[in-house]
Amino acid sequence: MLNYFFHSQLALGLAESAVAALLALTAMLVARKRAPGLLRELPLAELRGILQIVAVGAVLAFMLHGPQWTSLIVLTAMMLAAAGIVRKRARRIPRAFALALASICAGAGIVLAIMIVSGVIPLKITMLVPVGSMVIANTMNTLSLFLDRLHGEVTSHVGEIESALALGASTEAALLPYIQASLRASLIPSIDNIRSLGIVWIPGIMAGMVLSGASPLFAALYQFVVLTTIFSAAVLTCFVSSHLVMRRLFSRYDQLLLRPA
Amino acid sequence: MMLTCSQLGRTLPPPDSRSLLENVSFALEQGEVLGVIGPSGSGKSTLLRLLNRLDEPTSGTVQLQGVDTHTFSPRELRRRIGMVMQRAYLFPGTVAENIAFGPKQWGQNISNDELESLLTQVGLAGYASRNALTLSGGEAQRVAITRALANNPDVLLLDEPTSALDETSRQGVEALLESLIRRRHLTCVWVTHSIEQARAMADKILVLASGRVAAYGPAKEILRA
Repeated sequence: MLNYFFHSQLALGLAESAVAALLALTAMLVARKRAPGLLRELPLAELRGILQIVAVGAVLAFMLHGPQWTSLIVLTAMMLAAAGIVRKRARRIPRAFALALASICAGAGIVLAIMIVSGVIPLKITMLVPVGSMVIANTMNTLSLFLDRLHGEVTSHVGEIESALALGASTEAALLPYIQASLRASLIPSIDNIRSLGIVWIPGIMAGMVLSGASPLFAALYQFVVLTTIFSAAVLTCFVSSHLVMRRLFSRYDQLLLRPA
Repeated sequence: MMLTCSQLGRTLPPPDSRSLLENVSFALEQGEVLGVIGPSGSGKSTLLRLLNRLDEPTSGTVQLQGVDTHTFSPRELRRRIGMVMQRAYLFPGTVAENIAFGPKQWGQNISNDELESLLTQVGLAGYASRNALTLSGGEAQRVAITRALANNPDVLLLDEPTSALDETSRQGVEALLESLIRRRHLTCVWVTHSIEQARAMADKILVLASGRVAAYGPAKEILRA
């Protein structure tokens, strides 16, 4: 129907974005009593999202003609931005920005480096930036979930954690059940994505590859590669984060620092 | 002396900078029980948390058998100074797993005979394979006491261990603690709201008010008034 009113590609894209944004707002409005804080966050998040993605589109269009190494600058900027977003979600954990940046660099960075060196992800801007951004964005989401859940687990189990410490447990042993619960909860969406691949969900990258002339079978396999790369990066990032977070939750004398607000 | 506490205190870091406890001193021989009494917010629980360093003292010293506890690692200190809290805070798993938790941190196992003997002492014979999270309040607190004793601590800290229990369970757990302390000749610091409990159990009494020592001495003298 929108095609009838809008004839240029840009106008059509803007109109489609407006419909999608309104739909998200309506859905949030329906559920407002169950999640009141999120209704306030959504309009700003949508505005930010569209401005950012359009800006990236413009930069990509410009970069396609530039040298390959510029993609590394873009990925570094994405990691910094991702760490900033995680910090906001996990602001009750001390020094969360440095924690998130180090975890994402170690997790997503190492996985991306291995995939590039092994040749799975070609060192081309058109591949590296979109695939890299998917890996970093999903890693960011998983890390936010992990730290948010871990904060909740710790503040609601202060008695159990201090009981374990009082029995002579190390901080790692005292926190382990809550790290495990948080890691499991944060990785469930990624595992479900892989499990439902092709049945419930045909992701955009596969559709894009088929549209640009790749064999559907290769596109399908590559989609699996991308999703498992995302999963590896998310697991590694949370693993690194679970180690780094210990110094923020406990003093050097193994005393729990975090308390319910 | 088994446990000596000199000028112990804790002030919160800025911006709060509030003093929680100031200049608390006492000394306990092996097998003595110190009853710590005082109104809510007087610093009783804070004192216990400074003794096993769940919180960090900002002044004073604690000596265990004449050795400054700062020379121990926190883990070693907490193995030697055990603690039972107001609530049991049992871990998910069986009663046996809860009791074996402390020794397991040091790579030690509790034999089935030792476990059953400990459980019999606290009136929970046959409970080893029970799910710890389905126990009643009184049973759970008995398991928490057994869990602390499984580490064979030199000193046991009791932070109002019966305050969250109903009257019947409270009497049972009090009687159990009394018999354990006498039989095992335990050195204890027992925080309580109850003067009767302090009178029945304590050799010495420390009265706290607003984070300071209001009175300290033999129980017979302090509780005579």
